[in-house]
Amino acid sequence: MKKSSTNVAFYVPYVLWLALFVIAPLVLIIYQSFFDINGHFTLSNYATYFSSGTYILMTFNSVFYAFVITVVTLAISYPTAYLLHYTKHKQLWILLIILPTWINLLLKAYAFIGIFSQNGGINTFLSMVGIGPKQFLFTDAAFIFVASYIEIPFMILPIFNGIEELNESFVNASRDLGAKWWQTFTKVIWPLTISGVKAGVQAVFIPSLSLFMLTRLIGGNRVITLGTAIEEHFLVTMNWGMGSTIGVVLIVAMFIIMFLTGERKKKRGRRA
Amino acid sequence: MKKMKLSNLYLWVVFILLYVPIIYLVMYSFSKGDTMTNFQGFTMAHYQELFADTRMIQIVIDTLLLALLSSLIATAIGTLGALAIHRTTKPLMKNTVLSLNNILMVSPDVIIGASFLIFFTALKIPLGFGSVLLAHIAFSIPIVVLMVLPKLQEMRQSMLDAARDLGSSNAQILSRVILPFITPGIFSGFFMAFTYSLDDFAVTFFVTGNGFSTLAVEVYARARQGISLEINALSGVMFIFALLLVVGYYFIQEGQAKRKAHAKKGGHALEKTH
Repeated sequence: MKKSSTNVAFYVPYVLWLALFVIAPLVLIIYQSFFDINGHFTLSNYATYFSSGTYILMTFNSVFYAFVITVVTLAISYPTAYLLHYTKHKQLWILLIILPTWINLLLKAYAFIGIFSQNGGINTFLSMVGIGPKQFLFTDAAFIFVASYIEIPFMILPIFNGIEELNESFVNASRDLGAKWWQTFTKVIWPLTISGVKAGVQAVFIPSLSLFMLTRLIGGNRVITLGTAIEEHFLVTMNWGMGSTIGVVLIVAMFIIMFLTGERKKKRGRRA
Repeated sequence: MKKMKLSNLYLWVVFILLYVPIIYLVMYSFSKGDTMTNFQGFTMAHYQELFADTRMIQIVIDTLLLALLSSLIATAIGTLGALAIHRTTKPLMKNTVLSLNNILMVSPDVIIGASFLIFFTALKIPLGFGSVLLAHIAFSIPIVVLMVLPKLQEMRQSMLDAARDLGSSNAQILSRVILPFITPGIFSGFFMAFTYSLDDFAVTFFVTGNGFSTLAVEVYARARQGISLEINALSGVMFIFALLLVVGYYFIQEGQAKRKAHAKKGGHALEKTH
C-alpha cells in the first residue's frame, strides 16, 4: 500500500508538466487559431490561409527550402559519417563535430553576415582570384548555405550512430560474394543505415521550417518561411489568430513528416 | 592508398568548412577596425570593451543562471518522470506518455514559442525571467527523460529483488540501488538540458517580453543593427567556454563508454528509446 503512495509522488510533477506544457499549449494554439484579430470566433483564418495564394506559395516555399537544406546536408553528411566511422580517433573527431553546435546559432549567423558582406571574406577571396565581388548576403543561396552549415552536425551524428550499429560482417560477406562497391552500398550499407538517415532527416527538416532568424539576418526578408510568418504575426502584427492558424498547419505538416519517416525519434537541440 | 588519402581530404574539407566561420569570427575580435573586413592589426580593445559593458555582463550572468536553474529543475522533474514511466506496466499507457513526452522534442521552436506565449498570456503570467525559466524547464524535461529511461531499462530486475530480499525498504532501494545505477543518465540529461537552454533562441525570443534578455536574443538585436566587434569578442569567450564544456562532457561520456563503447557518442546524438 505504501508503494502506491510513492508512485503518486513520482507522477505528480511530471504529469503536471505534461498537462500544462505539452497538452495545454497545443490545445490553446488550436483554440486561438479560430479567433480573428478582434477576438471574435471565426473560421476566416483558415479561409484566408487556403484561399490566398500568398500563404499557399509561402508554405510551398518553406517546404521546398527545408527540402533543399535537408538534401544538401544529407549529401555532405552521409559520406562524412561513413568516413568518420573508419577513422582511428573516432571519439575525438565526433567531439569536433559536436563542438560547433555549442556555439550559439545566432553567433554563427552573425559570422556569416561578416563573411558574405560586400567586402567580407568571400568577396575578398573572389577579388584576389580575379572573379570580382558578388552579392551574397540577402540571397536565397546564402540562406540555404548558412542553414545547411548550421544543420550539418545534427545530420552527421544520427547517421554516424546508425553506421556504428552496422555489422561489418554483412559488408564483408557482400564483398566476398562478389558484389561491386556500388552494389554493396545500395543493397547492404544504405538499407541497414536508413534508420540513422531517417532520424537525421527528421532532425534537420523540422527545425529548417522555423529558422526565422536566418531568413531575417541572412535572407534579408526575401525568404519568407512558415516560421518567419508565425514570428511576424505573433510579435509584429499581433494577429495571433492568423499566426496560430499557420502554426496548426505546421503541426499537421510535422505529423505527416513523422509518419513518413517512421519511428518517432527525438531531434537535437534545439536547437536552435 | 589513394582512396584513403581522398577520404582524408574530404574529411578535412568538411572540418575546415565547419570551423572557418568560427575562426573568422574570433579572428576579427582582435582586429583594430570596427567591421569584419580587412584585418587591421592586433588589439585587445574589443575584449576590454566587452568586460566594461555591464549590460552585456549582466546578460551573460542571467543566461548562465537561467541555464543552470532550468536544467537543475528539469533534471529533477525529468528523472521522476522517467521513474514513473518505468514503473508503468500497461503498454498503452506507457506508449501514450512517451509519445506526449516526445511532442516537445520534435516540435519546431516557433510552435513551442508561440504556444507558450499564448499559454502565459492566458494564465496572466508576466513575461520576463520567470516565463523564460518556465519555458526552458518545459522544453528540457523530455530530453532528461530520454536520457534517464534507457538506464532504467538496463537495470536488471534481479538486482531490485535481491535488495528487497535483503530487507530494504522502497526508499532504500531507490536511494541505494536505483539512483546510483542511473546517475550517468541523470548527468547526461542535466548536461543536455544545460546546452539546450544555452543554445535556445527562438523559444526565448517569443516569451521574453521587454525587460529580460538572454545572450542569443541580445546578439540577434545587435546583429540586426550591424556589425559590432564586441560581439566577436564575446564569441571568442563563448568558444573557450564551449570548449571547456565539451571537454567536460567528453569525460562524462568516457566514464559511461567503458561498458557501452558505441551508440551514444554525441551530445546531440539521437538515440532510440527501446
